[in-house]
Amino acid sequence: MGRSLTGSRCLHCATVAFPPARGCQSCGGSTQETIALGSRGTVWGFTVQRFAPKSPPYVEPAGGFVPFAVGYVELPEGVKVEAVLDCTDFAELAGDAEVTLVTAHPVPRFATDRALAGSVRTGAPT
Amino acid sequence: MSTGVSVVGAGLSRFGRQPGRTGRELALDAVNAALIDAGLAWTDVQVAFGGSDGAGLADTLVADLGLTGIPFTNVKNGCATGGSALMSAVNAIRSGSAEIALAVGFDKHPRGAFDPRPEDWGLPAAYGEAGLMVTTQFFGIKIARYMREHGISERTLALVAEKAYRNGALNPNAWRREVISADEIAAADMVNDPLTRFMFCSPGEGGAAIVVTSDAVAARLGRAVRLLGAAVRTRRFGSFEVFSPSIQGTGVPSSVSADAAAAAFAAAGVGPADVDVAQLQDTESGAEVMHLAECGFCKDGEQEAMVAAGETEIGGRLPVNTDGGCIANGEPIGASGLRQVHEIVTQLRGEAGERQVASPRIGFTHVYGAPGVSACTVLAV
Repeated sequence: MGRSLTGSRCLHCATVAFPPARGCQSCGGSTQETIALGSRGTVWGFTVQRFAPKSPPYVEPAGGFVPFAVGYVELPEGVKVEAVLDCTDFAELAGDAEVTLVTAHPVPRFATDRALAGSVRTGAPT
Repeated sequence: MSTGVSVVGAGLSRFGRQPGRTGRELALDAVNAALIDAGLAWTDVQVAFGGSDGAGLADTLVADLGLTGIPFTNVKNGCATGGSALMSAVNAIRSGSAEIALAVGFDKHPRGAFDPRPEDWGLPAAYGEAGLMVTTQFFGIKIARYMREHGISERTLALVAEKAYRNGALNPNAWRREVISADEIAAADMVNDPLTRFMFCSPGEGGAAIVVTSDAVAARLGRAVRLLGAAVRTRRFGSFEVFSPSIQGTGVPSSVSADAAAAAFAAAGVGPADVDVAQLQDTESGAEVMHLAECGFCKDGEQEAMVAAGETEIGGRLPVNTDGGCIANGEPIGASGLRQVHEIVTQLRGEAGERQVASPRIGFTHVYGAPGVSACTVLAV
């Protein structure tokens, strides 16, 4: 499940929202169409979660906490989506790195090409 | 023609951990200090506004201050609680409905990071389970992007925090009063890259209160600081805030701080270049760097040279966070916005002791917080 992100586009001003919007944040329009967002984008900005977040609500992965990257991925539709970012080295995420959607649920998760090739995952549970 | 508004009293409780004392007690300390500072009694106050994020209702303070029957409105507006309370007090004076008004903010947070619930922010529980309900991530992502775009170095982040602790050491009321070197700050545990443990403020404890009056009352009391302008704004389209599942729109995100600062300066009839001393929200040292530009004090990227040259130090061209800011005083959410006003009032009166800026005439305060709210004031003597 979840190989694409579902967003919405305002039928009045074409603003794209994620998750799908009830009302448009830009023009206040109340009519939106549901759209599938592109699965490839660039890392707009990121940080590394170096300590285990408070639990609850955080659920540690089976192997225990390991630092993971979180950031915003700029998608071609004109929206930046918050996501967990898989990589083999955090340095891969710098400088508008290209990433691909791995899963949309439970939260968006993207991966660098190297992480995809090596099936290397860092961080939170999928 | 509405009256001008002046600050005639400013008071703080102690800041920092105070075991056994409630947030309400800290609020009472602040209110009483502000009234003494103004030379007024509680019975003189005609209207009040106040609040905390998590330490109780401000209007219950009347049980200990005196049941005078005045309107007392609770404010719960996140990090802008103090700023919104002050704005309401200012508007009460301007409208003519009162001549003496009080704003109070206070909080007493438990140790450690805030633990917000995804549901309260309109997010699925999965965001919490995945470890994304961590406020510090937002600050790390925002400053990391900003540094890359505008050439701000990690050294600058350390220098800003070093200044906060140095100024805190000069402030008898600060929580953190130990000087910490930039090297030690930079080498501390990384929380969210590029921000280390010593670059962040901590949730804390404290109360702050401000008494504002009409011009006529201020003239009678003396030691008044004129409020030239004040503004509270919420975010416009395209902003980037804590716990945003996305940032909508393209290009550079909008800034609620820029909007609030511009509105306050427009109301005041002066500009950033006229300011002699400023208080800028420093949730972490990167926030102070970015808010310098967002509030109009420099162009993006100029902070690197400004900080290196010491321009934001107490002896510099534009002293910033002379009381040590949130980094040295902690962040009691409800109190911070009014602590900032207290510091500027103290500086403009020339009563800041060891941390006094040389003869400031115009001061500025800026508070910012979730979910995209900012309050600014311009004050003058």
